[in-house]
Formats: sequence, structure tokens, C-alpha cells
Amino acid sequence: MDVLKKVPVREQDPKVRATNFEEVCLGYNEEEAMAEATRCIKCKNPKCVAGCPVAIDIPGFIKEVEKGNHAEAARVIAKSSALPAVCGRVCPQESQCEGKCIRGIKGEPVSIGKLERFVADWARENGIVPEKPEKTNGKKVAVIGSGPSGLTCAGDLAKLGYEVTIFEALHEPGGVLTYGIPEFRLPKERVVQPEIDNVRKLGVTIETNVVIGKSVTIDELLDEEGFQAVFIGSGAGLPMFMGIPGENANGVFSANEYLTRSNLMKAFRDDYDTPIVAGKKVAVVGGGNVAMDAARTALRLGAEVHVVYRRSEAELPARVEEVHHAKEEGIIFDLLTNPLEIFVNDNGWVTGMKCIRMELGEPDASGRRRPIEIEGSEFVIDVDTVIMSLGTSPNPLISATTKGLDINKRKCIIAEESTGKTSKDGVYAGGDAVTGAATVILAMEAGRAGARGIDEYLSGQ
Amino acid sequence: MYKILKAEKLAEKIYLMDVEAPRVAKACQPGEFVIVMMDEKGERIPLTICDFNREQGSVTIVFQSVGAGTEKMANLKAGDYFADVVGPLGNPSEFVKEDLEEVKKKKYLFVAGGVGTAPVYPQVRWMREHGIDVDVIIGAKTKNLLILEDKLKEQAGNLYVTTDDGSYERKGMVTEVIKDLVVNQGKKYDVCVAIGPMIMMKFVCLLTKDLNLPTVVSLNPIMVDGTGMCGACRVTVGGEVKFACVDGPEFDGHLVNFDEAMKRQQMYKSEEGRAQLKLQEGDTHHGGCGMCGGDN
Repeated sequence: MDVLKKVPVREQDPKVRATNFEEVCLGYNEEEAMAEATRCIKCKNPKCVAGCPVAIDIPGFIKEVEKGNHAEAARVIAKSSALPAVCGRVCPQESQCEGKCIRGIKGEPVSIGKLERFVADWARENGIVPEKPEKTNGKKVAVIGSGPSGLTCAGDLAKLGYEVTIFEALHEPGGVLTYGIPEFRLPKERVVQPEIDNVRKLGVTIETNVVIGKSVTIDELLDEEGFQAVFIGSGAGLPMFMGIPGENANGVFSANEYLTRSNLMKAFRDDYDTPIVAGKKVAVVGGGNVAMDAARTALRLGAEVHVVYRRSEAELPARVEEVHHAKEEGIIFDLLTNPLEIFVNDNGWVTGMKCIRMELGEPDASGRRRPIEIEGSEFVIDVDTVIMSLGTSPNPLISATTKGLDINKRKCIIAEESTGKTSKDGVYAGGDAVTGAATVILAMEAGRAGARGIDEYLSGQ
Repeated sequence: MYKILKAEKLAEKIYLMDVEAPRVAKACQPGEFVIVMMDEKGERIPLTICDFNREQGSVTIVFQSVGAGTEKMANLKAGDYFADVVGPLGNPSEFVKEDLEEVKKKKYLFVAGGVGTAPVYPQVRWMREHGIDVDVIIGAKTKNLLILEDKLKEQAGNLYVTTDDGSYERKGMVTEVIKDLVVNQGKKYDVCVAIGPMIMMKFVCLLTKDLNLPTVVSLNPIMVDGTGMCGACRVTVGGEVKFACVDGPEFDGHLVNFDEAMKRQQMYKSEEGRAQLKLQEGDTHHGGCGMCGGDN
């Protein structure tokens, strides 16, 4: 074994997986995990822990894996994370824990993400469940949204003895883990549902089909339903569009719609009723993880798929692993290309998309080089479906119906980073609702901070 | 699970159900809607709220069976359950939020078409509860498709019924009744609320624009989540893109781009039709739907 290299992880063959919705990465088996665990040099001052938003004791759990004490490894992770099977799969480890790993200076870092995934999957398969606190402290907390920040906040508060109810607007809990991230990256029945069940086993109640701000307001939860504090983890759900001509044509979708149809409504399966337009030739506009998810979903539904992105490959916001997987599967990248107009036929359907070539200029506010149009370089891509994946912004439904809750000009709720405290007494917030669209793990970090803030607030009462 | 307390067939392919949904019943206002799911594998179907009973904790929904999903829903009976009912969604009608004295000064004309009569009912009931007499026109293709006539008669000031084929009461389209009331009888209205098929709302709006009569329409486009998340329900209103679920469902009818909205409504027609075919043929189904592989 080459100590400078990760133990390779088994994956479904790209040609095969391009036609199914089964998980792409198969993960480590016990032997592979224990071999990879030996690569960790157990630094005294572990940089990886500092790189983890929820500060998992990484060398601590890897040490247990190395010894074959996987149950103990699961306990070490559970101290810091409620969703390890999710995080092991979707965290951007390359820029967090693994990005800081000392092994990575001369060779490849330890495969921390795959080890976390192994431990979480092992714990689930071997029936290890979190322990419910013996008794509650009688204090009721409402959590809005059952995505990563809400689940984390609820789990942490339940462990401290609070009676927690999560309110979820959709009919299934999980937030972006359920409606956004596809099955082939994050299996729902096998991974997401068991992790949500683990939060329930801590004593958390989840009430679905409740749209806060419509079905009931935050003020009513506090004044009429006996909740003493509220955590808002409602995410950033509103899709953005480009505002170009033809964008309301049939066959133009937001990535949110496309992914919700496929993931939440399971439109990719024949036994579910919700339809989805598969498309023969699909353009996905945007370069983030969501764009990759939409592109790879369209590919699996049988389309030829182009990712249309206005900057170059170096600026793609998606994880390197996702871009790599997408390419392996046959997604075509039309880089330095920006859409100008969508062509529409008499029946209202997409017939093509006019684009222009771009070049990179000086860095802009984001630090990335600004894309500039190359005059006279317009051309037409022949597509029948366009998926807009340009990002999302927070839903104003909650802020608009809650007295005294301040938001900024991007409609994000203003909250203190370390506690989640908002401008309204007893109301805390975190995750995409505060930061705008970010990652699962950052939302979890914010959920954890919110739980700390709420505990401090209610302990003082 | 949401229990069905009452299920009734109102007309050919039109069904009424009272469903237990305490949170919706407590919070809902005229103009808002719900999304229902029959079972785990069903579609999320947006339906306007026809009535509600806050004490009983129930809402009344009315739907027409048009696709595979609603066809299956039509078979549900009292005592059965919906897997999911979420709401209320959308915004209440404008007059609910307006100063009551201002509303009382205005003369309202409600125009209901087909199954669109259902969402008109709670608005007219609200008017009656606040002591306001309104005129109501109901239009139906034919006598057998007319719904809620008696209920509306109780709540409306004047009720005018018209059928396209003349099988009951007046003969002709709702637009002809509007013309008759305003032009021939010289009635004055300040606001028209028109809810029905997209094509009816389009023609009502073309007429009321000529008559200089401000008109509110309620749109029920394709939706998935109903909370602003997917953008499937986007409509162009006054040149701006709006989401019917969170910005509507009611809009200034004179500003709505109906032609675009009608095209968007057709989007899944072929897929829906295919699902319908599969459902009807049941076990004997072996191709033709384009989805099962039986054609190959």
C-alpha cells in the first residue's frame, strides 16, 4: 500500500450509473476503512478538526476505526454531528478537514469523508441508535424547517432535555437532503430517513405540512402554542431566473423544480404519479453543485446534457468530485458561455438557446475573474429543455409575517453567528435562511450554534 | 393523515369533500388554497378552498377529475384519508385586507365559471357575513355541470345563471351576461372578480377592460410545492414574472398574460394523458403510454 495515496474507493462504472439512480460511490468496506485509518498520523494539534465546522474529533474516531472499534468511533462522531452518513457523502471535505490534513502536504490527505461515511453506515447497519435523555426539562422549543440546520439544532436541544417540535412545510422531512440532493448522491431510504429517524429517537417530534407564516405564525407559536423559543432553519428556497426572453417557455425549469420533481416526488420512478419532462437535449445553466445534480439527473432520464457556465472550469463553484463524476458520465461542459435568449415555438415550447462566448477579465467582488462578453460571438445551442441553476434566496414568508424580525437587503434573517440570536426575543436562526445558499455542513454548524444560544437563553429564565 | 368527513359528487366529474385539517381551517381566508396528496405516490395537487368550518377543524375542497391523480382521488369516500393536506397557501383576497368601510362602498360582481364556482363561494360568503350584497354570475357548459347554485343563492344579492347550451336558465357565455348587466341594464360595478377556466378569465378581462371595470382573477397554474420554491407556477403580470403561489393566486386580470399562462398549463398534458391511459387500461396495459416500454 502506498502511504501517500488514499485507499481507492469503489464506484459504480460511469457507463452503468449514467442509466440508473443508484448511489455512485460505494464507500469503503471494513477492510478498506481500517487500512485507510492507518494513514492518519494522529497529530497532537489536529488541523483537520479546526477545518471541520462542527469540530468532530477526527483523529479520535479514526483511531477507533483503526482498532476495529466502530461502535466507539460512531459515539465519538455523534458527540459533534447528528448527520454523519449525510456529511460523509456531501461535505466539501477537500476544502475543510481533508484540505487541512498534514498528509496532504506530501501526497493525498486521509480520506476522512469516506471514513466518516463508513462509520455512520456501519452504525446504522449494526443497529446503533442514539440514546434518548431520561427526562425532559419541560421547556418547549419550536424548530422551523427539517433540513440540516433544523435537524442539528433539534437534535442538540433534545439531548439537553428540551421538548422539541420541528415544523416542516413539505410532506416529507429533510429539506434539501430530501428535495434537493439526488438519490445517486444521497440515498433517501437507506441514508437520509434513518438519520432523520435518529433525531426522532432523541425525542424530537416532526410535524409535516405546516408552512410557518401561513398555517401558523411564529408569534402564535410563542404566544398561543406554549413554545418558549424558536429556531428558524427554513433555508433558501426561492429560485432565481436570468430574466432573459423566453424564460417562461414550456421546457424551462428552475433546478429546484426539476430536482423536487425527481427527488421529492420521485418522478423518475414509474410507480409515482408526478410527471417530469425528460428532454432530449438539455442545457443546465450554472456551475454549482445544484447544477451538477440537475445535469446528472437529466442524463439519467435519458437526455444529452450540456452544462452552460459563463466562467471557466477553474471558477466552477461545484465540488471537484462532482464535476469529475459528471464528466465521467458524459455531461458536456460549455464553459465561458452565457445564455442571451431562449427560442420558443408557437406552442410555447423551447426550441433552442442563443448564447454568447465569454472571456475572463479582472477579478470582481467575489475574487473570481469577471466574465466579459466577446462581441459578435453569438451562437445557438439546439436544446429542448433548459434548467436554470443560478442560486436561490431565502423565502420572505417567515420574515414578512413575524413582527420585529430584522432582515438584510438580500432578505436574509440577521442573526449572531455564535448564538443564532435574532432581533426578536426568543427567536434564533441559522443556515441558508441567514447566510443565503451555502452548504449542508455550514447549516449544521449554525444549527448547533442556535441550540447553544437557545439553551443559554432558556437556562437563564 | 387527513380524514375525509364527507364526499359528494356535485356533477359529472366534479367532487366535493370535507377534509379534517385543523391548522388550515383555523388560519384560512377567502382566496387562499391548499395542496393535497392522495397517497405517498400521488402528485401534489393545488385546490382552492371552497369553504371551511373553524369549529369542526375542516375545509371543503372541490375538484374536477381531469388527470390520473384527480381520477383516483374521485374514488375516495367519507372515512378515507388524504396522506397530506398543506395550507393555507397564497394570499387572501384583496378585500379581506382592505378597510371594511371602503369595501362596503364598492359594488362587486363575481363571475364564476365551471369548477371555478368553488373558490368564488367563500368570497361571496365573506361578503354576506359582512353585510355586503354582491351580484354573482355562474356559467356552466350545460345544466349537469352546474355546481353550488343553491349555496350561492343563499349568500348572493342577485344570482344569474347561464349555460353555454341553454339547457338551464340563460343561454350563452358569462361575458354575455356581464354585457347585459352593464350595458343593457346599466348596472354599475366597481370591482369584478372572475374565477374559472383560463380561457373564460381571458375573455372576461378583454370585456371588462373595454367596460373600464377593474377585474381580479385567480390563477391555478401548474405547481409543485406551492410555497415559492420551484417556480413552476410563474406567470407574467404587467410584464413582470410572478409566482402564482406566493405572489397570487389573485392578480389584476387586465395585466395577466393569459396566452402564455394557457400554454404553460398544457405543459404536462401529454405526460398526464399517458398516465391516464395506463390507469384506465390497468393490468391489460401494454404500451401506448410511451413510458412502460411496451412499445419496443
